[in-house]
Amino acid sequence: MEYDSKLVGFVCKFCFLHSFDLGPQPDTSIRLEMIKLPCAGRVDARVVLTAFEKGADAVFVAGCPSHECLNLTGSARAEKRLDRIKVLLDAIGLGRERLMLYHVSGTNGPRLADIVREAALAVGCIGRNPLNTHRSGERSCCTNDHSGAEILARD
Amino acid sequence: MIIAEQKSLQEIDASVEGAKRVLVVGCGGCVSVCLSGGQTETEVLAMALRLKREVAGTPVSTAEITLERQCDPEYVAKLDEAVKEADCILSLACGIGVQFLAERYPDTVVLPAQDTKFVGGTLEHGVWEERCGLCGECILAATGGICPVIRCAKSLLNGPCGGSHDGNCEVGQDTPCAWVLIYHRLKRLGREAAMDEISPPKDWSKARDGGMRKIVREDLRL
Repeated sequence: MEYDSKLVGFVCKFCFLHSFDLGPQPDTSIRLEMIKLPCAGRVDARVVLTAFEKGADAVFVAGCPSHECLNLTGSARAEKRLDRIKVLLDAIGLGRERLMLYHVSGTNGPRLADIVREAALAVGCIGRNPLNTHRSGERSCCTNDHSGAEILARD
Repeated sequence: MIIAEQKSLQEIDASVEGAKRVLVVGCGGCVSVCLSGGQTETEVLAMALRLKREVAGTPVSTAEITLERQCDPEYVAKLDEAVKEADCILSLACGIGVQFLAERYPDTVVLPAQDTKFVGGTLEHGVWEERCGLCGECILAATGGICPVIRCAKSLLNGPCGGSHDGNCEVGQDTPCAWVLIYHRLKRLGREAAMDEISPPKDWSKARDGGMRKIVREDLRL
């Protein structure tokens, strides 16, 4: 597993954060920034690309299972949006594998720790964000910027 | 509205090759409504371009501005200061906006980020379809509000051709024959007898065939 990976999670406050309260904490060796969304369907290309631009090695979006989405179509919308963003990530050269979507039921306690571990494992396979390599010496990849959060707040 | 579709990132990146500072200009008009060139799409394109270039090791800086419209000089003028700092301008407007920018900034390269497709409307969220052929002389009154100029592949003005089959056009099974639609519409209105009237040859000089068109309203000019 790639330790010291930086992961950014855009998470639905209804399901994922409930699950977060119920389960074990994720591995503390993995740097994790979680950004709370009113619904997974709120995610868009700007916030995902901002996260990568600010050094995320992988980004995950966690929302309710489609049939449990409180906004009915939020999870389905997130899935469609992510499909399009993945095409963009391929065109950019970062690769679609860095972006993941998870459906998490609100009562599934251990899921957060699993997801974070899975995402960190994926980074181990695909490598670190190449932008961090290019920037080494210029800028630390470990920023305290809230990836994409300012866009969400502005909107 | 004018419907446009963004070019691929590869094509856009190739077009701005060599530029270090790119001014990415969105449009709040039609392309904003069809979700291809508004503020969000402008920000996404600028980010994607920056990331792509940085991954490739040839970084580029971008500035993003979304104008109310790019087809009005009074709005375009708002770019005057930003253009001074840019090597090139990337416009997310339709072809009109690109040309208006090129006319105002003759010393700066202006590039299109969109392919302008057609004049149409929204069928449902994410689906747009062509409706107007901009022929310059509307005949919808005679055809029950269904335009054969644009909805018939051959722009026939007097009934369907031999390629009409089971209500569909020969160009594709998902393309309804305009003249079948017109017949059913006129019948519903009790006006199907209107189909017996022969339309004379259309004056295409009022369409694109007559060259670039221009309207001058003297009452609006000072």
